[in-house]
Amino acid sequence: MIATTPTIPCPDECLLRPGNTNCGGCGMSIGLTMLGRALAEAGDTCTLVIPACCGVVTAGAFPTTSYGVPMISTTFASAPAVASGVASIRDLNDEPEQVICWAGDGGTYDIGLATLSAAAERNENIIYICYDNEIYGNTGGQRSSATPAGARTTTTPWGKTQEKKDIMSIMAAHRIPYAATLSIAHPDDFARKITTALAIKGMRFLLLHSPCPTGWKSEPEDSVKLVRLAVASGLFPLYEVYDGATYRINAEPDGTDPAEYFHRQRRFKLEEIDLRATRRACSDHMQRLQVLAERFPVVTTL
Amino acid sequence: MSVQVITGNHAAGYALSVAGEANRTARGVACGIYPITPQTEIVEYVAKFPFSKGRVVPVESEHSAMAVSMGASMSGARAFTASSANGLAYMAENIMVAGYYRLPIVMVAVNRTLGPPWNIWADQGDTLFLRDFAWLQFYCENNQEVLDTTLLAFRLAEDQRILMPVLVCMDAFIVSHTQTETMLPEQAEVDRYLPDLDLPHAMHYDEARTLGGLAWPHEGLAQRLEIDEAMKRVPDVYQECRESFTETFGRDPGDVIQTFATDDAEVVLVASGTIATTAREVVRKRREAGEKVGLVKLKMFRPFPEAALREACQSATHLAVLDRNYAAGMGGIFWQDTRAAFQGHRDDLLIQNYLTGLCGGDVTPAVIANILADITSRSEAGDPLWMGIGTGEETNQ
Repeated sequence: MIATTPTIPCPDECLLRPGNTNCGGCGMSIGLTMLGRALAEAGDTCTLVIPACCGVVTAGAFPTTSYGVPMISTTFASAPAVASGVASIRDLNDEPEQVICWAGDGGTYDIGLATLSAAAERNENIIYICYDNEIYGNTGGQRSSATPAGARTTTTPWGKTQEKKDIMSIMAAHRIPYAATLSIAHPDDFARKITTALAIKGMRFLLLHSPCPTGWKSEPEDSVKLVRLAVASGLFPLYEVYDGATYRINAEPDGTDPAEYFHRQRRFKLEEIDLRATRRACSDHMQRLQVLAERFPVVTTL
Repeated sequence: MSVQVITGNHAAGYALSVAGEANRTARGVACGIYPITPQTEIVEYVAKFPFSKGRVVPVESEHSAMAVSMGASMSGARAFTASSANGLAYMAENIMVAGYYRLPIVMVAVNRTLGPPWNIWADQGDTLFLRDFAWLQFYCENNQEVLDTTLLAFRLAEDQRILMPVLVCMDAFIVSHTQTETMLPEQAEVDRYLPDLDLPHAMHYDEARTLGGLAWPHEGLAQRLEIDEAMKRVPDVYQECRESFTETFGRDPGDVIQTFATDDAEVVLVASGTIATTAREVVRKRREAGEKVGLVKLKMFRPFPEAALREACQSATHLAVLDRNYAAGMGGIFWQDTRAAFQGHRDDLLIQNYLTGLCGGDVTPAVIANILADITSRSEAGDPLWMGIGTGEETNQ
């Protein structure tokens, strides 16, 4: 039951070991690597708590594991609750490690939302990172409430008709100490936000836009470019919310047309996307964030 | 030790709390709690207990209550929770996982009817449907037995030869809400009985262990086989825990099956929980009248104490198995396992099932008299017999 052996020997211990079988261009894998690097730079250790998702499959088969840190796999809806138990015992024993949930969008937006909400309401001393690939990737690409409108999945074969759920607003509404969005196309911003999260106590929520070439029907080499386009066009704004009260935008959209983002993924049919409405929705969302950031700016200096 | 007049729920809450407190010299205790009638008083008791090294986490569901307790247990701490009925059904996924992770969690369950129809009274269906998971199950008939069995459950669950979670069950209201004189051990005595928990597969922040990754069929098979081997060790380890309990607290927490007047009995009643209490009184009176009747109370249901049951029924020609539970399409669950225990050993034995007290119905001495009248007149077993239908005996009047 306890796996410890690296798949292939790795001289320098890293969070995600080489030899894992994840897909090429997987945003989650890049995210795990970036997380490991940020932890190492901060001199922090962690225990990963992972519900059913590609992150569990990443470990590989017993007795080998691709994780160079302690990892606990939980039932689909339970990661924040198991992490609450782990973090409780850590705190009772004055131990140093960060307890980090690493979950997909299915485990976050859908089946695990009540558990996550409850952990946020209790302000558990954990970090929760959702790698959002906007799909149930592990089961072969079904829609989740994180799937954007228009995306074809195996359960929305003619394109999803509903909009993506705004999980950041939901988490900010819990007034947790820290909520932020992450992009693997912005590694410095990614690292700074992990460092920020590590220094804060209580519930910290991070949302990572995580490309999935298998589910997005995109080219693996386009992964970083795609999420860069999402930030630049305003589809996925990079921002932080402190205590659900103060806002900071980390990257202003540069006027990039979202059309290219859709064009490079075969889960979308460009002719079915209402680009005018999408541009307007992006712009409205961005404006709302800008108003919040101006009216309620983050006062801490970082 | 003090004697107090308390409810079964209070007894359970006290036992869970002092057991948790006893691990303050090790990694402490934590648990998730969530209310459901009729066990709510247990988690209320736990919530106000002044743990020196513990945390009680009031969560949003039973599913998460078990998840928090699993997280604590995986971290090497003592962990427990309590639930009932549909709460156990909602928790079921994590109950199953706690067993397969070999986490020595103790859960007290107050047996309540699974709805619909909605009803808060006693029925064992809510824990018996969990019977195939890697959990030990004990059914108690009074407050003292609940308290003692809960303490013993930690010792048994945490034994390195067992390392499996334990369910301690009691009948709704008849035990959970009835106040009786109960002996409460002091913390110092409990400290002596429950050593610091040492979980060999506990997670630690500086060891890169993966708990619960993927496994090939032969590895999964080995894990199931290890569970089977540990289950087979339970009867012997139970006796050790029982002897040590008697030494520490000065009273016997009881055997895995408890017999009454079975030595030369021709008709033996097989029952559990509070039905056994009533049946014992009926048997006592029948014995005084010269009838060769006896009683076997099944305290342990998982692992099923087959050998002990066969030994207790050596003189019997007729077995009446009383079930306060019903497996749809089959019959009583204790009856199924009783039949299996004798199959190939005592094919001459007549084993008849009586479904009684379901959905909270009262099992009165009159009901048991009816059962005795039926079993003694039988020359062969038939379908499970539904007691009290149409006679008013099934109501709570």
